[in-house]
Amino acid sequence: MSRVAVLKGGRSLERQVSLRSGARVEEALERLGHDVVSIDVGADLVERLTAEQPEVAFVALHGRDGEDGTVQELLEVMGIAYTGSGVSACIRAADKVLAKHAMRDRGIPTPDFYAFNETAFRELGAAVALPAIEERLRFPIVIKPACQGSALGIKFARTPADVPTALVAAFSYDRKVLLERHVKGRDLAVSILDENGSPRALPIVEAVPREEDFYDFESRYVIGRTTFLCPAALTQAIGDRAAALAVGVYELIGCSGFARVDIMLEAETDELYVLELNAIPGLTETSLLPQAADAAGIGFDELVRRILERAGEGR
Amino acid sequence: MKSSAMRDLMALTERDDVISLAGGLPDTSTFPPDSYASLMRTVAVNSCARALQYAPTEGLALVKRCIADVMRAEGMEVDPDEVLVTTGGQQVIDLVCKTLVDPGDVIVAEAPTYPGAVPTFCAYQADVVQVTMDRDGMRVDELEATLDELERTGRRPKFIYTVPNFHNPAGVTLSLERRRELVRIAQERELMVLEDNPYGLLRYEGERLPTLFSLDAGNFVVYAGTFSKILSPGMRLGWTVAPRPVLEKMNIGKQASDLCSSSLSQYFVAAYFDASPWHDYVRSLIEIYRRRRDVMLDALAEHYPREAEWTHPQGGLFIWATLPAYIDTTDLLARALEQRVAFVPGRAAYIDGRGGSSMRLNFSGVGESEIREGIRRIGEVVCEQVALYGTLTGATPAPSSARGGDPLPVAAETEAQPHRPDDELAKILRLPATRKRAG
Repeated sequence: MSRVAVLKGGRSLERQVSLRSGARVEEALERLGHDVVSIDVGADLVERLTAEQPEVAFVALHGRDGEDGTVQELLEVMGIAYTGSGVSACIRAADKVLAKHAMRDRGIPTPDFYAFNETAFRELGAAVALPAIEERLRFPIVIKPACQGSALGIKFARTPADVPTALVAAFSYDRKVLLERHVKGRDLAVSILDENGSPRALPIVEAVPREEDFYDFESRYVIGRTTFLCPAALTQAIGDRAAALAVGVYELIGCSGFARVDIMLEAETDELYVLELNAIPGLTETSLLPQAADAAGIGFDELVRRILERAGEGR
Repeated sequence: MKSSAMRDLMALTERDDVISLAGGLPDTSTFPPDSYASLMRTVAVNSCARALQYAPTEGLALVKRCIADVMRAEGMEVDPDEVLVTTGGQQVIDLVCKTLVDPGDVIVAEAPTYPGAVPTFCAYQADVVQVTMDRDGMRVDELEATLDELERTGRRPKFIYTVPNFHNPAGVTLSLERRRELVRIAQERELMVLEDNPYGLLRYEGERLPTLFSLDAGNFVVYAGTFSKILSPGMRLGWTVAPRPVLEKMNIGKQASDLCSSSLSQYFVAAYFDASPWHDYVRSLIEIYRRRRDVMLDALAEHYPREAEWTHPQGGLFIWATLPAYIDTTDLLARALEQRVAFVPGRAAYIDGRGGSSMRLNFSGVGESEIREGIRRIGEVVCEQVALYGTLTGATPAPSSARGGDPLPVAAETEAQPHRPDDELAKILRLPATRKRAG
């Protein structure tokens, strides 16, 4: 039994989601008999960790600081083993643009995209290039902040007139945004769990939003707003392809412990496109990784036990 | 129950390092600790056992006398027997809904409406129809048209909810002429009006206007008052005065909810009213809040871009600012939080998704220097977005400079949006035929 610090909350926009994930993890760790220290991550993080002397940190943070390698770097400095991916994988995963470039370079299918910093528009006249981008990506275009999880700030532009407004909204969340081709089809989530040092794809979850035409922040976290099908009704061949693709992305990014890969199955072509990889996917009651684990016969406590077991390994 | 990204964002506004113009808080640091200690001592010495005991559901007689006193200050005479003491003014909204509203029933409210009423209306599954406001408050012509349209489809609102004085969040006040019109409409159509008046005594300029309750003589108007803004929200004491059959049902509803409001609070309030003239503290609050309002108005003029508009409240706690339609204030809040400042996105004050480019700004909860700095920070991010939009569209943004002249009416702010044309109004006036008839 270990002394485990659960890092949760923090300053990111996904603070509330993280608090829910963290609380659930704490309960599981207690049931597993660990000595749990709950830390709402703030300016006193280093002091708290120094005082509490945990053997392991369970990082239940989402979004900025917690999922982008910042907290992981601090834990490295302090010599505290921690769950999930290491610094470099977190950095690559948190920045959707970096991740998509890596995928494209490796030949992993990801929707076509263009990414810009705010300065490109402010100082380099990038707005003039928008019609060319629109022509290549074709409407509707998805516009999203480069480093923001939980679908916050993601907008659909259906016509050229929507693009400036969508860009202004996306730039509210990050100084870098991407314009991405919209893949019409089914929204699949492939959760990956490290099993004895090798990544294993768990049963695939399909998210079917009930009301919105888009799987947004609200429907992602409110019970009843989205129907989840797990395992998703896919042909064996497509399921296998999606699983292999997800494991490929997991390895490409260099993840450890666990992750979730979001994939679109294009309706017209049956082609799969990887949208992004989440280095610390949600662990709330409605989150997809716990659902996938459950479908694989791995209960939440067991999931937490396995994630904890791999802490500090493989990096 | 509604949960949203906005709620999660709003949770971040409570961080210590954030200047929050998002709350609706009166400044309780203005209440002298010595007075508090002395009043608590009075309660302990004179009424210890009773203050620690349950109270009658309708409230203690001694606090009802205080309520009559407060209502008199706003030109209303009320029989203490007609008063139900509640747990804050918020409970009045809840009890009225509990008493009157079945799922699918229509409630008419202002657009925007009090954000705190939105979850209550949603919890009772009311169908809220919102009527536009301008600088003179709710547009009663639009109200009549809305009621006519509802009638044509066989629907009748359970009540009309209004905050006539220094509206939360719009900051505007219902004109005398419209008050008379609203009461006439209520009487002619035999419709109930819930008059929510938390801020009436916090007037910083202009003449006091009669309440709807006094104009109607209590026939169709249910009145909601509170000690929250003139004494303390921590006391959780409000009240309602209503036609007797409604009051009796509300009493039963309150028994089911919480049996009674805090006896301790009621004894505290009674002791406070006995100890010294209660108007003095209200006067001191008025001075403080008037200065803060002026500081905020000046800061808005200095830091907000020309494209922005805002109201000029004669009292209360809030200013309602509206930005160009291409700025979504829920998204903007994310950027504002980066700059450690917060406001309430306008969408919180609408049930129908409008208000996306408006924001509510509170000037009572923080000091003058924080208001100045908070508005400067919001102004900076707004100006950045206006400039960015200009760059993206080739439009030249208007120079960011002090704007003079009168504040523009709220109606113009909410209607004159290039991306949200008249169909917004049509949405209110034209009700889909598929809506089920009120039961």
